Amino acid sequence: MAQTPNTQIKIEIGEGAAIPVKSDAGLFTAWRIAFFGAILTCCYLAFVKPDPYLEIFRFVPDGILVTFKVTVGAILLASIIGLVAGLGRISGNRIINGTASLYVEVIRGIPLLVQIFYIYYALGRFVKIPDMLSAIIAMAVCYGAYLGEVFRAGIQSIPKGQMEAALSLGMTRGQALRQVILPQAFRVVLPPIGNEFIALLKDSSLVSIIAVSDLLRRGREYASETFSYFETYTVIALIYLVMTLFFSKLISLMEERLNADR
Amino acid sequence: MPTDRQTMIEIRGVSKFFGSFQALKDISFTVRDGEKVVIIGPSGSGKSTILRSINRLESVDSGSIIVDGMNVNDPKVDICKVREEVGMVFQSFNLFPHKTVLENLTLAQTVVRKRPLHEAREISMALLEKVGIAEKASAYPAKLSGGQQQRVAIARSLAMNPKVILFDEPTSALDPEMIGEVLDVMKTLALEGMTMVVVTHEMGFAREVADRVIFMDHGSIVEEGTPEHFFTAPTHERAKLFLSQIL
Ligand SMILES: Nc1ncnc2c1ncn2[C@@H]1O[C@H](COP(=O)(O)OP(=O)(O)OP(=O)(O)O)[C@@H](O)[C@H]1O
Ligand SMILES: [Mg+2]
Repeated sequence: MAQTPNTQIKIEIGEGAAIPVKSDAGLFTAWRIAFFGAILTCCYLAFVKPDPYLEIFRFVPDGILVTFKVTVGAILLASIIGLVAGLGRISGNRIINGTASLYVEVIRGIPLLVQIFYIYYALGRFVKIPDMLSAIIAMAVCYGAYLGEVFRAGIQSIPKGQMEAALSLGMTRGQALRQVILPQAFRVVLPPIGNEFIALLKDSSLVSIIAVSDLLRRGREYASETFSYFETYTVIALIYLVMTLFFSKLISLMEERLNADR
Repeated sequence: MPTDRQTMIEIRGVSKFFGSFQALKDISFTVRDGEKVVIIGPSGSGKSTILRSINRLESVDSGSIIVDGMNVNDPKVDICKVREEVGMVFQSFNLFPHKTVLENLTLAQTVVRKRPLHEAREISMALLEKVGIAEKASAYPAKLSGGQQQRVAIARSLAMNPKVILFDEPTSALDPEMIGEVLDVMKTLALEGMTMVVVTHEMGFAREVADRVIFMDHGSIVEEGTPEHFFTAPTHERAKLFLSQIL
């Protein structure tokens, strides 16, 4: 996850799979080799050794869907939380600013796995909500803090003159934010958000620890029944790799799109 | 010189501190409807600060600023209403880079003035025509030269039909060959009777267009008078020194 220091505007690439860019030729081919290599390996294993590989490939797709739902649900919710937290962190209101800063500091200081346990059992004491929803909330609360820092840095990277020009035309702060600042900040934050998205996809495997049947948990279920641990986790790793590489490619394409009209 | 006209901006005893540093010291002056006032002075003398106080991009610590009958620093006054009537042109243009030239002009008209888009577009095209840049309507600002961008910025503030326009060194960021085209647009505005407060180092423009010149130094108004008076017979030593350096 991208650790963005308080005062610095630079947004660095976090631990998400490096997003391939056309200009970066080495990475681009590395992406190809990894992506197509992983797919070919999957095909080869299923074809040459259908027992147990084909069996595994039949067993885990439910889990892929769950992983996907948790990831997408969490990133959407985390984006909303992150935007509120980011705006809160630049607010002139001391209470709002303090609350947002406290949230970011507390969340960043607690390991995600602990948060998942905590939110799952804490929520469980008061309300009965589906396990998957509780997993999504836990991921979103955590990633909201990181995205909040990304949004804050993105908004602060827009020159002061933009807000001043909008205000001098009679816009309210809210109008200026919506019409002028956020659309520009969005372009800036897209790459780091893409990296957070990929990091979240990978971290979503942690929710297998609570009763959510994601990709990793399906693998564990299969392995503990058949004792083919090595084969199962080989497949699980390959599927995560393909998904991660696929999304990083998608994000880099979106970026190219956004930059095309500049 | 128009003296019987209505007061547009009235500044009384304004002081402003940045921390312990006093950027404005007891500034008072008046701008009447249709008047063109040019503010000059060395760097750091407070020119931008006083200009930005007029539409409350900076708040002041004491004194009062009345624009078109509205007290700018009164918390009960809707500052957006003041800003609708006060255009501002910046040294660095500050066009919205994610919007086309035309959208730069229509945005505030639709969002703030609540004009229908087609009407805002018509008004915008007429203004782009006026500043000589209509053919760039669908281009993004990054594709324009500095001079063109500044003309768009002027058109953008005109699109709100302001009663007064503030210019903060509108030509200082431009290559020399582009200064003329921007000054020409400003001269046209002046001829049409627009009320203007201009911070500039273009002494030729000040001589030609200003009804009144205000010379500032170290946060105070040192000298105020007609361009003839100021450029030919300044009273104060600091004004003389400044002129000898800049002319
Ligand atoms: N936000 C701020 N914080 C602290 N000091 C400031 C700030 N803005 C301006 N100042 C100081 O106030 C003084 C007046 O600044 P101002 O920008 O009004 O000068 P200016 O006459 O416009 O100069 P220039 O010709 O360089 O634009 C300067 O000494 C400047 O350093
Ligand atoms: Mg200045």
